[in-house]
Amino acid sequence: MGANRRRFLNLVLGGGLLGWLGSVFYPVLSYLIPPKNPEAKVNSIKAGLVDDFPADFGKILKFGRKPVILIKSSSGELKAFAATCTHLDCIVQYRKDTKQIWCACHNGIYDLKGRNIAGPPPKPLEEYSVNIVNSEIVVSKQVVS
Amino acid sequence: MSENSANKFYSWIDERFHITPLVEFLKQKEVPVHRNSVWYYMGGVALFLFIIQVFTGILLLLYYQPGVDSAYESVRFITTKVSFGWLFRSIHSWSANLMVFVLFIHMFSTFFSRAYRKPRELTWVTGFISLTLAMGFGFSGYLLPWNELAFFATKVGTDIVGAIPLIGESAKIVLRGGEDVTGATLTRFYGIHVAVLPLLMTIFIALHLLFIQRQGMHEPEKFQKLPDEKKKTMPFFPNFILRDALLWLIVLNVLLFLSVFFPWELGLKADPFLSAPEGIRPEWYFMFMFQSLKLLPPHIFLLEGELIGVLFFAIAAIIWMLIPLLENKLGIKNKNVIMKIFGIVVVGFILIMTIWGYSV
Repeated sequence: MGANRRRFLNLVLGGGLLGWLGSVFYPVLSYLIPPKNPEAKVNSIKAGLVDDFPADFGKILKFGRKPVILIKSSSGELKAFAATCTHLDCIVQYRKDTKQIWCACHNGIYDLKGRNIAGPPPKPLEEYSVNIVNSEIVVSKQVVS
Repeated sequence: MSENSANKFYSWIDERFHITPLVEFLKQKEVPVHRNSVWYYMGGVALFLFIIQVFTGILLLLYYQPGVDSAYESVRFITTKVSFGWLFRSIHSWSANLMVFVLFIHMFSTFFSRAYRKPRELTWVTGFISLTLAMGFGFSGYLLPWNELAFFATKVGTDIVGAIPLIGESAKIVLRGGEDVTGATLTRFYGIHVAVLPLLMTIFIALHLLFIQRQGMHEPEKFQKLPDEKKKTMPFFPNFILRDALLWLIVLNVLLFLSVFFPWELGLKADPFLSAPEGIRPEWYFMFMFQSLKLLPPHIFLLEGELIGVLFFAIAAIIWMLIPLLENKLGIKNKNVIMKIFGIVVVGFILIMTIWGYSV
């Protein structure tokens, strides 16, 4: 009987202690997780007049909170990709000497179709669609097939 | 203070706190003297540099303002407008680097002299945790000026955390204070750098010192085998302490020389919408990991190379920390030789990867 009572008390006190620890740590851990910051959804941005954008050139644009790289190749073709390297989150750049997209952090290389062709990046860059509306470059978030 | 009043003061304290046994303990404490005694001083130097960090850190706190629009500007204000601000910031940065460097030397000298073995397993573990905390200090402090290099180093460093299976993504968001490295990350790193890490570091240094005082200095095997009359020792107080003090003075001079003649640069302000600059590198003590990640292919056996790299370093760090316990569990024969080779491989890997990282 005594042993049972002891066991019962141990269970109650142990359970109480666990509950108490939970009631302390749950609010602390919840506090550490930042609340979702709502942002206006951006579907497209204007990137300036097409004539102002030189050939063989790349530029980082603000697409809401995300960086996007807009590239005009030597032949004049416009392409846009998410500028965040798929390896470790650095921002890529266009290299005129190699005509490739390059990430300086870990030497990741993508071709002008956004495909990861060398270095550690595991995935291609997400492509954005580029249209010209009234001589103005419009970059949109649409899956380019 | 005359000798008489000093004695009176001592008696006053002793009556209340009974410190005589402690003083007697310190008087009797001896430090072995042998050809590897020089390594005994490294821990003291690291402690001295940590004290400098605390002191200069408090000074910097008086002017530093965390925030995307104020962090860079306030560090620039410290270095250009505040009297000797440039000096204190430079000392803080140099001292941080020297501290990590000395901690590495301290750790490897402990490893190669095999001082981590029973009964000093926990001294090794607390020491290793202190080194990782020092690296955490470096990583969190690196972002505080909110400059270009720091911004990308933090992006990469926190993204690596995201590669940890199951908890990685949540840990990354908690660490960054959101999806991306922003002002929220800066505030969190500031809190970690000036409150969380100092508290943890103080606890682990205190434990480390307590263990050392309780167990005394490690004696190398050769020294232990000497007959008692051939064992040379010196009193911890005052002989060893005075030598320590002299070395601290030399280190302080080296630190001041570096800080004055090679002041720490501030660089360009971070812009989340600029490409990572060419030649971007982390702090030198992360270079071996950075270079290794750079060399890994995108995929290894269906898994992302980055994940394999992160897991490799995490497991390696745990094994390294638990070396004193694992060494016995594994029942290795010829421990002295095997562990020496293992240590050389580890040092060689770190050195080669670091040099490689700087040469490309």
